[in-house]
Amino acid sequence: MSEAPLLRVRNLRVTYPGDEGDFVAVRGISFALGRERLGIVGESGSGKSTTGRAIMGLVAEPGRVEADEMRLGESDLLRLDERGFRRLRGKRVAMILQDPKYSLDPVMRVGHQIAETHRCHFQSGAKAAQAAALEMLAAVHIRDPERVYALYPHQVSGGMGQRVMIAMMLIAGPDLLIADEPTSALDVTVQHQVLAIMDDLVRRRGMGLILISHNLHLVSAFCDRVLVMYAGRVVETCTASRLAEARHPYTRGLLASLPELGRRRTELPQLQRDPAWAAP
Amino acid sequence: MILLEHVTVSYGSGAGRIKAASDVSFEVAEGEAFGLVGESGSGKSTVLRAIAGLIPHAEGRVTLDGREMQGHRTRAARKLVQMVFQDPYGSLHPNQTVDQTLSMPVAIHHLRDTDRRVTAALQEVGLGREHRYRYPHQLSGGQRQRVAIARALILEPRILLLDEPTSALDVSVQAEILNLLARLRRDHRLTVLMVSHDLAVIAHLCERIAVMAHGAVIETTTADALASGKVTHPYTRQLLRSNRGFDRSGAEIVDVVS
Amino acid sequence: MTDTVAWRGWLLDPAPASRRQARLGRWYRAWMAFRRNGLAMTGLGVVLALVFMASVAPLIADPALANLQVLEDRLQPWSAAHWFGTDELGRDILVRILFGARITLTIVALVSLIVVPVGLGIGLPAGYFGGWIDAVLMRITDIFLSFPRLVLALAFAAALGPGIENAVIAISLTTWPPYARLARAETLTRRRAEFIEAAELQGASHLRIILTQIVPLCLPSVIIRLTLDMAGIILTAAGLGFLGLGAQPPAAEWGAMVSSGRQVLLDQWWVATIPGIAIFVTSLGFNLLGDGLRDVADSRSA
Repeated sequence: MSEAPLLRVRNLRVTYPGDEGDFVAVRGISFALGRERLGIVGESGSGKSTTGRAIMGLVAEPGRVEADEMRLGESDLLRLDERGFRRLRGKRVAMILQDPKYSLDPVMRVGHQIAETHRCHFQSGAKAAQAAALEMLAAVHIRDPERVYALYPHQVSGGMGQRVMIAMMLIAGPDLLIADEPTSALDVTVQHQVLAIMDDLVRRRGMGLILISHNLHLVSAFCDRVLVMYAGRVVETCTASRLAEARHPYTRGLLASLPELGRRRTELPQLQRDPAWAAP
Repeated sequence: MILLEHVTVSYGSGAGRIKAASDVSFEVAEGEAFGLVGESGSGKSTVLRAIAGLIPHAEGRVTLDGREMQGHRTRAARKLVQMVFQDPYGSLHPNQTVDQTLSMPVAIHHLRDTDRRVTAALQEVGLGREHRYRYPHQLSGGQRQRVAIARALILEPRILLLDEPTSALDVSVQAEILNLLARLRRDHRLTVLMVSHDLAVIAHLCERIAVMAHGAVIETTTADALASGKVTHPYTRQLLRSNRGFDRSGAEIVDVVS
Repeated sequence: MTDTVAWRGWLLDPAPASRRQARLGRWYRAWMAFRRNGLAMTGLGVVLALVFMASVAPLIADPALANLQVLEDRLQPWSAAHWFGTDELGRDILVRILFGARITLTIVALVSLIVVPVGLGIGLPAGYFGGWIDAVLMRITDIFLSFPRLVLALAFAAALGPGIENAVIAISLTTWPPYARLARAETLTRRRAEFIEAAELQGASHLRIILTQIVPLCLPSVIIRLTLDMAGIILTAAGLGFLGLGAQPPAAEWGAMVSSGRQVLLDQWWVATIPGIAIFVTSLGFNLLGDGLRDVADSRSA
């Protein structure tokens, strides 16, 4: 790929100071992302969500974000203050979270929320924003956008709620989409639907996508490349299709410990954690 | 060991009356591991709670170990069946140490030698003395779930109900807990009824599996049949397909109507 | 030095060896969190000072001094002999403040002892059992809640007659409803928690569940509410005293002192103002303490 990468991260560190010493959630990870799908896989405490938040500037005080380089296109993310990030969010980079129940304002109609995003970034009038919102709802394959426009978040079910979230996040046309466990709270059949929509939109708009998840198989099936994180570090990078050939013992251990439908084993091999993996 | 006949659970009244479980009947033999699989809203957890005796207003008949269970269970009946809940944090009282959590069932049933029982229970689930006086927030998810399992087994039940015991846990911890459950089942000759949305997990532990949707059992099959894809109902086929993982070429986007 | 370090290590041990160690460790961690809050510590300091003053009062001053009228010395500003001056009957104001602290504390303690059990006793079953029990208990609560506190306290005090005990009863009767509501709300939130289901599953009786599972969860918010309410209780007591319905003269009750200082407010302002400041500082102290406790409780449940 000859074009400049969309996102460059070099030696990212996120530290949370605490009473009993500093907690380093992310310990010097580096990666570059083009207009492709990157999966970041890890368990709780691996630092994957913190990485996503650091890129969005959502690491709350007193957390500290440091890096040798963190660049989105031409913008240097390290130099941005809150105002700078606010201009960036939605317009250049967007984030989808796990549960639409908590990410949508419960007292505002979903259509209004989508339109508000549009007005915020394009200073459009009410009518234009509404039209754009309806168009976006259709783009996420909601058959009657007008009806859904007028619904409140609690009237919108899980899968539909995520479609609404996607609509809201993509309406301002960002270059990069970060999805943090976007389908973990959904049923399996609905998961695939939501992923297919994300895939479709990302491909058509030429966006980059970072999918953060704990589900190895899902990420390897959906993404082009996979980063496996453990204790704040990237322990494995590979092409998604070649995940079975993973080299790091953590990844291999994780893959081996998953129950498989076709394969009956009396005992699942348990992951043996080597303290060397978490060594500073 | 477990016999359900026409179990129905309804909530609400009048026009808003919904049936969480409708006319569910099945049988589980002693020592068998039976799985209930379905998506959210399928009624699987409701059925489990009805068996546990947590839904006094359930209709239909639940017979455990030959004894018919009434809506309100007696204390003796409680010893027969115990449950491990899904959320390892929510199922332990936040202000009680592990010791207190495990001592309570012993005290309720007026059993002697609390100390011996608590120590034995902790040992069985792979926890040590250093965990005994910790509070839940000082334990990891896997450790909390082990405490929940210890609590379920301390009364020496014959039937163990498992409500998505590993859904809230990390992948690496899941294997440990599943292995633990398998071992405990063998050692104590338990009859196990497990609920999950994950086909692979259910097929790992259970021999026979019932698929539920919209409150009813739509198919009863075996783990082997599932593995080889020999299932009859289209919904089960769909579940199997989804379980195989995301397939970009095969995914058709379906419009949703609310 | 090493002793304190050893104690601390024992308290903060991540693997406690007994129930006592675990519980004390928990309290110690909460205390460490509380200590970080400067305002909360100030509040605690004020409350402790109040308790100290009240307990020490009879030791440093003869109780008779509080009522010793030296009419030639009346309405004196502060001096070496009388640090806060004297009131309209020549009694030393400082000594009266000290003894007034005892009365204030007594009222506050008694009201708390009545209000917390009553509030829990009504709110908990209402939230736990629901149905008609809830309806009946809450309607009773609503009735008491609908009266403005001071007016109802006045009515009870007037009906029961003056005196501290009756003031305590009157204040308690008007203070308990919000605690019942609070207990009910907390119970409703926890009612469907899985650990309650687990307890039911084990065969625990309703009483056991309420006492061992739910009360420990309700208690923190009730206590915090109580500390924040202290200011109101003190002021109501002062109000009753002001109107002559609480402690009777010549008892040195702060509200009564303010009342009797009214006539000389313009010229000898200290007679009314100093007890007023005492009331203010005490209320503020409890308030800050309550805020601090709430912050600690919030951070623990977060």
